Amino acid sequence: MTPLKERLVQLEVLRYYPDTDTEAHFQTYEVVCQEEWVVLDALNKIKADIDPTLNYRWSCHMAVCGSCGMMINGEPKLSCHAFLREYEGVIRVEPLAHFPVERDLVTAPDDFMEKLKRVKPYVIPKEIKPISEGEYKQTPAQLMKFRQYSMCINCMLCYAACPQYGLTPSFIGPAALTLAHRYNQDSRDGGRKERQEVVATHEGVWECTFVGACSEVCPAHVDPASALQQMKITSSIDWIVEHLIPGGKS
Amino acid sequence: METFTTDVAIIGAGGAGLRAAIALAETDPRLRIALISKVYPMRSHTCAAEGGAAGVIKPDDSFDLHFDDTVGGGDWLSDQDCVEYFIHEAPKELLQLEHWGCPWNREADGSVAVRPFGGMKKKRTWFAADKSGFHILHTLFQTSLQFPTITRYDEYYALDLLVDDGRCQGVTAMEMRSGELRQIHAKAVIIAGGGAGRMFPFSTNGAIKTGDGMAMAYRAGAPLKDMEFVQYHPTGLPNTGSLLTEACRGEGGILVNKHGRRYLQDYGMGPETPVGQPQLKTMELGPRDRVSQAYWHELQKGNTVTTQWGECVLLDMRHLGEKKINERLPLVRELAEAYLGVDIVKEAVPIRPVVHYMMGGISTNTAAATPLPGLFAAGECACVSLNGANRLGSNSLVELLVFGRRAALSAIEHVQGLPAPNAAALNAHAEKTQQRIGELFSRTNGTESMSGLRREMQETMEKNVGIYRTEEGLQEGVSKIHELRQRYRRVKLTDKSSVFNTDLFQVLELGSMLDCAEAVTVGALARKESRGAHQRLDYVERDDRNFLRHTMVHHQGMDSPRVDYLDVVITKSPPGVRDYSGDHK
Amino acid sequence: MSRRPLVRECPPTSWYFRQPRYLRYMSREITSIFVGAYCVLLVVGLQRLSAGPAAWDGFLLALRSPASVVFQFLALVAAVYHAATWFNATQKAMPLQIGEDFVPGNIISGAHYVAWGVLSVVVLFLAGVF
Repeated sequence: MTPLKERLVQLEVLRYYPDTDTEAHFQTYEVVCQEEWVVLDALNKIKADIDPTLNYRWSCHMAVCGSCGMMINGEPKLSCHAFLREYEGVIRVEPLAHFPVERDLVTAPDDFMEKLKRVKPYVIPKEIKPISEGEYKQTPAQLMKFRQYSMCINCMLCYAACPQYGLTPSFIGPAALTLAHRYNQDSRDGGRKERQEVVATHEGVWECTFVGACSEVCPAHVDPASALQQMKITSSIDWIVEHLIPGGKS
Repeated sequence: METFTTDVAIIGAGGAGLRAAIALAETDPRLRIALISKVYPMRSHTCAAEGGAAGVIKPDDSFDLHFDDTVGGGDWLSDQDCVEYFIHEAPKELLQLEHWGCPWNREADGSVAVRPFGGMKKKRTWFAADKSGFHILHTLFQTSLQFPTITRYDEYYALDLLVDDGRCQGVTAMEMRSGELRQIHAKAVIIAGGGAGRMFPFSTNGAIKTGDGMAMAYRAGAPLKDMEFVQYHPTGLPNTGSLLTEACRGEGGILVNKHGRRYLQDYGMGPETPVGQPQLKTMELGPRDRVSQAYWHELQKGNTVTTQWGECVLLDMRHLGEKKINERLPLVRELAEAYLGVDIVKEAVPIRPVVHYMMGGISTNTAAATPLPGLFAAGECACVSLNGANRLGSNSLVELLVFGRRAALSAIEHVQGLPAPNAAALNAHAEKTQQRIGELFSRTNGTESMSGLRREMQETMEKNVGIYRTEEGLQEGVSKIHELRQRYRRVKLTDKSSVFNTDLFQVLELGSMLDCAEAVTVGALARKESRGAHQRLDYVERDDRNFLRHTMVHHQGMDSPRVDYLDVVITKSPPGVRDYSGDHK
Repeated sequence: MSRRPLVRECPPTSWYFRQPRYLRYMSREITSIFVGAYCVLLVVGLQRLSAGPAAWDGFLLALRSPASVVFQFLALVAAVYHAATWFNATQKAMPLQIGEDFVPGNIISGAHYVAWGVLSVVVLFLAGVF
């Protein structure tokens, strides 16, 4: 068997240390990596062998926990899913765009966490049913209607990709709105009207101008852009029913 | 040091911690709940569980069968009163999750679908494709957002339990983004901190699984139980250790050696069953301990495939077809493709056993209570003795729910009518934490590197406490871990800053892992028998006369721990033979 | 010292140079200016028509000026580009589920192209081209 190929990788990592720095700066590391590694493996080797003061988040190393989002050569990526084989030359690693930087590659996700809560991402039951009466029936087709949107791992890459969020931070944003859509589409749920108070507003779907970057960077194939456009259509229909159809006011 | 006061503090916000928090909030809306975690809840490692969760739901199944599978699967080291409670609660908890929106796969008629799993006599594993743990975690997290009484302390690293007057009354924690220490005073504490698989170099576990909860309870005087039982999952990717779920085999995948032989038939799990028609509880649907052990024997015989990532066997799923693979195992396909460059639709994927789960943990009873009053534990960090010597796949996701909730109910009972805490005494205890951390920062004689010690620990665990163990190897393991614990006192903190200092947290995590590693090695050395996941080449038989008992390891500071034993609770199933030879004999 | 998060602003006037996909987005948005301007032109034409034959002839003459031809050509290119991005977007805005499966996106977008083609033929027919 051929041994694993190795390669010298150069990483240019944004460093920010709030105790002393007013500006961030780039620091360059050179590290021998295996060709099949991901950027996170390179960072881990740097932290273990070269510089223990480099800070970043990570955990699962299989693109499901959503911890290790970073800008890699300007593109929002999970560093555990950014393969070195896809990069040539110096690899530039920065914290996720559009979030305040706590330190090095660690950002503060408080704003996202707050917005997630606002869209009420939980079942607001259409009809109350005791556990003793068993499950709500849901056909495979009804499941497929929302399943894609339930795959969001909350990694916030879509927020880092969305210029609208960068320019207008009050925008609820792709992931949170998509989760609202996920519950709206669930046959067990009856909470759409409550969620509309957040969704169908200027901070909600109407802030979205359909750049579509969210869906392009989503590592879980969720397609937030699709969810948001669908919600624009249903919100418009709501408006028409309410304002233009006699007796349509709900 | 700033102090927060709450009624119940939960350490860990994965499946068990979130379930406990919701149960507390629902049961008594007046309770103040502090949910403390070193990561945001959705980063918890519950998210990486793939295959599913077991609960009796279909008409052809029965509680007795789930009981028998679990007890036999655990090689009779499970407490049978605990198993009894668990199997009855399991379907209720899974239904509760369904009501909260978990996207379980469905049958055509809209009822939940179940899939076969290893060591289970019936199909009873509820699943959401191969992202079951992910969906359970997110369903719980999102559901928890509607309860205003749950105050989350995200990215707070819990340090020490506050024990006074013989009761656990809170915890000290560091706010990671500021480096500030806090005390959280609570009438009861629930630890739901997860496992410690990162003691080993090759593990399915995420970076966060460093046994902090286990070590915290252990240092505070609660014993660790049955720590020597470490589960190897048979099918990990050979390079990253990423898990390829047991559902690969549940759906019909087969394991073959380099000669193309389905070797499991040579290790008491035969006769061979037709390819593509998996039969329950035999061949590829044998229990994890046996399947992983079979790999080891194949390795000794030279029957493994040599790959650039080491010696492997092959998991072949090609006959399942692209449609079924995409519907039932999409994540597996993605993982194998991305990290190994193998498309499972077209090729067999090389795999090898990988450390996956700790059967042992903080000793708890069926009420999720530890021997330390006021301290409860649930999930992988706890050993409630459901899983015995070997956990069956798909029992642990349910364990999180059943015992997370149970811990909450027990905590509610405990907090009624408690006397007011002695704040001065608690402050004094918290001071000790502050000194411990302060000493790390001011240490000038630090000579040991964190990553160096960690590497030595992981190598020791892999070499000496692997799938098969010997007296000699375990002796070496015990003394090496003891040595590392001594050297850890001279570990060097390189980063002395306050904000999000992951160097500091890695040093603290290493301390937790070393405590856990000590309990594992000492327990393994003392258990002179082979049972479930604890296999000794020098004591090859199960020894019910001497070891139908739980190992209890008690922390003794820097000295070697004290070991004693607790009898296994047997209610209706006397120890018997584990039979995975299928129906036709 | 404690935390002092660094805020890295999104540059309000140059952000679209950061990514090719942002440039693609901006070009899509800019095409709408041409589409809008052409609509204004049509309204002016209607107004001229209502003002009598002389006004209408003057309008037609103005349309044939080189500058006007260049504008109309640009507006046509922009409108085609804008329409294409719009049709490509329909598969996201209007996913169609039949049973468990979703209709492939290119069929939804394709159907829009077909409808566009058919309607164009109808319009040309009504205009007496055939």
